[in-house]
Amino acid sequence: MSTETGTVAGNDTSRIHNIGYRSYDGVRLGRAYARRSLYSQTLRGSFGLGRSAKSKVLPMLLCGVMCLVSLILVAVAIATPGMTKLPIKYTDFAIYLQAVIGLFIASQAPQAVSRDLRFKSVPLYFSRPIERVDYVLAKFAAMTSALLILTGLPLVILFVGALLAKFDFADQAKGFGQGMVSVALLSVLFAGLGLVVAALTPRRGFGVAAVIAVLTITYGAVSTVQAIAWQTDSAGAITWLGLFSPITLIDGVQTAFLGATSAFPGGDGPGAAAGVVYLLVVLALVAGSYAVLMRRYRRVGL
Amino acid sequence: MTVIATESLSKRFPRVTALDRLSLDIGPGVTGLVGSNGAGKSTLIKILLGLSPATEGRAAVLGLDVATEGAAIRERVGYMPEHDCLPPDVSATEFVVHMARMSGLPPTAARERTADTLRHVGLYEERYRPIGGYSTGMKQRVKLAQALVHDPKLVLLDEPTNGLDPVGRDEMLGLIRRVHTDFGISVLVTSHLLGELERTCDHVVVIDGGALLRSSSTSDFTQITTTLAVEVTDSDTHPDGTDALRRALTGAGVKLVGHDGLDAAGLPGAGHILLVEATGEETYDVVRDSVAGLGLGLIRMEQRRHHIAEVFRTEEAPRAAVAATAGAGQQKGSGRDEH
Repeated sequence: MSTETGTVAGNDTSRIHNIGYRSYDGVRLGRAYARRSLYSQTLRGSFGLGRSAKSKVLPMLLCGVMCLVSLILVAVAIATPGMTKLPIKYTDFAIYLQAVIGLFIASQAPQAVSRDLRFKSVPLYFSRPIERVDYVLAKFAAMTSALLILTGLPLVILFVGALLAKFDFADQAKGFGQGMVSVALLSVLFAGLGLVVAALTPRRGFGVAAVIAVLTITYGAVSTVQAIAWQTDSAGAITWLGLFSPITLIDGVQTAFLGATSAFPGGDGPGAAAGVVYLLVVLALVAGSYAVLMRRYRRVGL
Repeated sequence: MTVIATESLSKRFPRVTALDRLSLDIGPGVTGLVGSNGAGKSTLIKILLGLSPATEGRAAVLGLDVATEGAAIRERVGYMPEHDCLPPDVSATEFVVHMARMSGLPPTAARERTADTLRHVGLYEERYRPIGGYSTGMKQRVKLAQALVHDPKLVLLDEPTNGLDPVGRDEMLGLIRRVHTDFGISVLVTSHLLGELERTCDHVVVIDGGALLRSSSTSDFTQITTTLAVEVTDSDTHPDGTDALRRALTGAGVKLVGHDGLDAAGLPGAGHILLVEATGEETYDVVRDSVAGLGLGLIRMEQRRHHIAEVFRTEEAPRAAVAATAGAGQQKGSGRDEH
């Protein structure tokens, strides 16, 4: 029996009202609302919001590092006399800070999906109106948005700083636009890869390690082999080697289409033709991640 | 009104038949679904939630077809899984609010309903602490709360008493009873212990090997199966109280079970426990009056908990009759098909 105490105005005695069980006659907002709720819960969760104080530390720290670096760049641009543009290109920012982005996805992708798998909460979702596709889409979109905030926010700071420094608006707006498209692509790709790896490893620690491994080992291998290729004068191979790690894929796409300067040895990224291949590989990886996630959740349903 | 109806429902996996032409008609109230492990209880729940298609046959929940209206069913039905399903790092409140929103409740309603529901299942201040520190009994309450938070018309509870100690078990069973009597929500509760369901349920369905073994109201069941375990004190006038009571009860025409009512192997403290066959409400009165008449203290009088195996062993004749009238039983003693 439920009880509710309320003080009667003007005297000290409290009364106990037995209000019993109340049924719910209000609206039920259904599947689309549940999907949105799951999206926002996951997105907030990736920055530790709505979670323990401890779990806020790392994502907030990483986000802070990203913003701090961009603030320093802005300060340099404004303080140095005679500068006409920012010290770096908008498209370079994510490439330089890829380690921070990698840490973020490695720590947050497992919290987004591994928890539900490890503690077997998934059946609770699927015994409700939402379905597998809603769950996967909500998680995918939330992770992508989280990465977009992490990578896009510093670019916004750079852009605002550039405007304050009265750099050429058209030039800056174009660079900012290109940068945003690039980090959007990076966010979808990293979110997909991170979630797939995390969803395959219910243990959170393994998930973190596996995501870091996928990102750094592939990048390490690719850049090493590229360096060797550069030393041995096989520059043609450099272009195609870039297809084998996530960050060099993004580098390739933005060099080909978004006016970026490649970080490849020799600064010689793929041209438009090779760029199309890069873009197709990125899109295939994203679609593949979605397919793998859908398959994965078919098996862990109820 | 029918809450759950199935019609020759079958589910076959490549190597096993989980459900075999199961026909059920379950009305409002608390219904127990009893079966040993692997009898097909969980498979049935999955089909009823519209999450797993039946190989053949039909099923409807709250008048909605499971094959085509699964989403509508899941909006009106709550489900409490058998296994652990709670993340340890969030509080019960946060978790249940989230689950309420997953059921489509707007944010404010989700919070209000969560506070109400957690209080109804008996969680108070501790609901703000992380679930990781809860006892098994508290976790079971949170699991029940998340199944009730959206005020469903029906809840499916899979082994809700699993892992609980006797006190926790009784509390959970009382809570389940209240879900129907106070909240007006129909309940389908599974268990492999028949005895505990007899006291909680209006209706008990026994399945074995995926087929219906028996379906009857609990009062019918009680008529046939209930055994009372009675334990009394000794007194100066009756140094052997148990023996005195046995003679008194036999004199009053009450039937004792087993060898002179003593079941040496059955219960702890055997030798001091009389097993009395209860034929109806009046048996309880007879026992009470006999004990009082002898001036003995009544230590306990409780319904014995039957394991499902006992139904198979001792209930062969009446079961065959019930199964035949239900028109769904092809099984004999072993509970397996013979054709």
